[in-house]
Amino acid sequence: MSWDPITRIIGNLGIYTKIDFNNNEVVECKSTSSLFRGYSVFMRGKDPRDSHFITSRICGICGDNHATCSVYAQNMAYGIKTPPLGEWIINLGEAAEYMFDHTLFQDNLVFVDYCEQIVKETNPSLLRRAETTEAPHADVHGYRTIADIMRAFNPFTGAMYREALQVSRVTREMFCLMEGRHVHPSTLYPGGVGTVATPQLFTDYLSRLLRVLDFIKKVVPVNDDLFDFFYEALPGYEEVGRRRIMLGCWGSFQDPAVVDYDYRTMGEWGRGMFVTPGIVLDGELRTTSLVDINLGIRILLGSSYYDDWQNEEIFVSHDPLGNPVDRRHPWNQTTLPKPQKRDLADGNYSWVMSPRWYDDRTGDHLALDTGGGALARLWTTALAGIVDTGFVRATGHSVEINLPKSTLLPEMRFEWKVPQWSNTIERNRARIYFIAYSAAMAFHFLDKAMAEVRAGRTKVFTDFDVPDDAIGCGFHEAVRGVLSHHMVIRDGKIANYHPYPPTPWNASPRDSYGTPGPYEDAVQGMHIFEENGPENFKGIDIMRTVRSFDPCLPCGVHMYLGDGKVLKQVHSPTLGTSVSG
Amino acid sequence: MSETTTDTAVDEVHILWTSEGMSCDGDTVSVTAASQPSLEEVLLGLVPGLPKVRLHNKVLAAETGSDFMAAFHQAAEGGLRPFVFVVEGSIPNEKINGEGYWTSMGNDPVTGQPITVNQWIDRLAPQAWAVVAIGTCATYGGIHAMAGNPTGSMGLGDYLGHDFRSAGGLPIVNVPGCPVQPDNFMETLTWLLYQAAGLAPMIPLDKQLRPTWLFGKTVHEGCDRAGYYEQGDFAKDYNSPKCQVKVGCWGPVVNCNVPKRGWMGGIGGCPNVGGICIGCTMPGFPDKFMPFMDQPPGALVSSTATGAYGSLIRKLRGITNRTVNKEPKWRHNEPELTSGYQPEQR
Repeated sequence: MSWDPITRIIGNLGIYTKIDFNNNEVVECKSTSSLFRGYSVFMRGKDPRDSHFITSRICGICGDNHATCSVYAQNMAYGIKTPPLGEWIINLGEAAEYMFDHTLFQDNLVFVDYCEQIVKETNPSLLRRAETTEAPHADVHGYRTIADIMRAFNPFTGAMYREALQVSRVTREMFCLMEGRHVHPSTLYPGGVGTVATPQLFTDYLSRLLRVLDFIKKVVPVNDDLFDFFYEALPGYEEVGRRRIMLGCWGSFQDPAVVDYDYRTMGEWGRGMFVTPGIVLDGELRTTSLVDINLGIRILLGSSYYDDWQNEEIFVSHDPLGNPVDRRHPWNQTTLPKPQKRDLADGNYSWVMSPRWYDDRTGDHLALDTGGGALARLWTTALAGIVDTGFVRATGHSVEINLPKSTLLPEMRFEWKVPQWSNTIERNRARIYFIAYSAAMAFHFLDKAMAEVRAGRTKVFTDFDVPDDAIGCGFHEAVRGVLSHHMVIRDGKIANYHPYPPTPWNASPRDSYGTPGPYEDAVQGMHIFEENGPENFKGIDIMRTVRSFDPCLPCGVHMYLGDGKVLKQVHSPTLGTSVSG
Repeated sequence: MSETTTDTAVDEVHILWTSEGMSCDGDTVSVTAASQPSLEEVLLGLVPGLPKVRLHNKVLAAETGSDFMAAFHQAAEGGLRPFVFVVEGSIPNEKINGEGYWTSMGNDPVTGQPITVNQWIDRLAPQAWAVVAIGTCATYGGIHAMAGNPTGSMGLGDYLGHDFRSAGGLPIVNVPGCPVQPDNFMETLTWLLYQAAGLAPMIPLDKQLRPTWLFGKTVHEGCDRAGYYEQGDFAKDYNSPKCQVKVGCWGPVVNCNVPKRGWMGGIGGCPNVGGICIGCTMPGFPDKFMPFMDQPPGALVSSTATGAYGSLIRKLRGITNRTVNKEPKWRHNEPELTSGYQPEQR
């Protein structure tokens, strides 16, 4: 049985599994991606100032994250910083991007997996139970039962589904006010923005933020009610998509009072971000330093369609602090594409490489994941306990999010508490809390931006010259998680440029050490709760798990039945094909 | 139903949409931002006269995997007509990579190997009632067809031939943009659906196969900063609300309606809001516009010319502007009326 491609994600990705139906367990999983475009190849020799325009095109739902990250890397390379108002404008743009993207993805893509239509097909008895289960927060969101919530997310007909589409538009208008257009920004430059920062700009943003606030306050408890129901109705469901807690977050929202884009102070200004960067290992913060994070990045091969760059030149032997930089670090990577047949049995099977983080305490190459982005952001920020703007406060064990009064609902406080597990449900739950986090932060950024305007400090752009030789790195949180851009300039041109978005981390195949990537790891060994047998099996829990990471790649899932039995190819609209390999 | 409802020539149209070309899915995402009309208005049949529309798009489909692919296989075998075939992403050259592939969608049921997007185009384009290329990648190659690219990427016209005709007798319909402006695409699609329903004539396209009413004017012709240009008053960096032609804007020579139309709901845009035009709707994009932040060579001549007379015009306008900023002298709170009113004149 196969699903190819997986829908309701961005791009395409393949997950190949062996399933033991006798024990309701996924025995093996491989993740593959079948698209190669070659950014790091065709960017060589181009003008460095073109990078953010070009790299934005890497992704059609979070391209602005790339543009922002590229601008950060260029700022470092050119030795400049954005004027404070420009920085607040970028933060407001990115906050709107999180609100838009998480809303569209959660409510229009992920939630279809939990809607009445799908649950009826996969777990009819669960739907029957949902019909008679009262929703604990019905007083806030207005849906009496859990089944009412499920109905509200039926594609195109459900009320929440359609409201989310509208909210995704209003939040994109907010984004366009700050960054010109979506998803590829027009007003973003190294050194700042071209946005005309009149009082009207912020009025237009604020009025829209107030317009979506009721929805945001409603959607958090809607999600909580539904996810809590799953835990309660399906004992053991917390094991679905669970993996070891190995989360990475590269930080988001710069504080212009702290950031100067100098590599040598990157550890300090990284910690000053309004989402704290960090790596969480087994519930502990391993580091919050962007310098540590940077030096630990390794790009491994093992199952990917590339020749190794072992014999290519080293571009950056030491970082500006004098630390040695590894050959497998993005600064020293050379991309050598080698198209070939897919070999899922024991060969190469993906266009994705295998990014890993080298833990120098243990010597492990960790297959970090981002938990879909929001989970890692909230987790690192909560544990670090640094962020405190009033609207958002990190407590060391949770994140408090305070939202002001809106049309229908009073002031509300949400508290995201560090969960027990890094699993499918918690990835999805975090996503919705992060919409609230972004909205709350946006109020803070508006305050700061308007204070600049009122004080007459309206400069939004710093001029610069491109040096002949320089290096730069940008760290940012794309919506789906960790994003880094590493750039090398020689003779005033791009000599090397490697963007690493979150999905290569999440969707990576087995590396040269044989370590599976996060999707593979999260799906492997998973218990199956679906009520269908092998004949009309939908693999819903696998779908939910893969989508919980918010993939941004090519995807297809092939399934093997237990005992090595392979389903025959059937030509019908409801059954796929099964292939060996 | 009311009697204003028209019977459609075609009562149901499938939209088979592949975004598995060299793509970022940005055009699909962009279309979800449209409100004129919105995607759900079309899919829920709210636009009078349109046929019923069934959308098969990976990002939005409820079905997954082979359930989703079934419609594509069915169409390839001739069993799903009429359909509109929408292609998103550049078309790579699959002749140059041996046994490998640059991009694929689904697997061959027999061999288990990926089916390339190019194979899907070969199968579906000739049978489609209309073939639509969405975004600059699919139309002309775009970013992924940049100099130095390893994949040999091109636009759909380069792949199928620029004189290609669909089963419905239409040329390829190109809706460029990076990404496509949301309403531009939905309006084009709506025209095609009206046409399928027998309510609209052949869609008017220009030489580059773009809808004429959307791409007939240049960015500059719709840009509200053109007044600065005429007065020879140019931005020297990105802090300025003035014309950006000296800091990288290619608007005067680019066919696009964004400054006039806004990005969505009339909000946003490019040079009208401080974002230089990088020519992202054009066949020459990106190579003929790089480095983006440098002044376009042609702008030097014209801006020098406007610089000369523009400053004189600006001075004269300044004088007039000061005059019209003053109220006429009869507006006052004095005991005597001086407006010129004469009651005996009837």
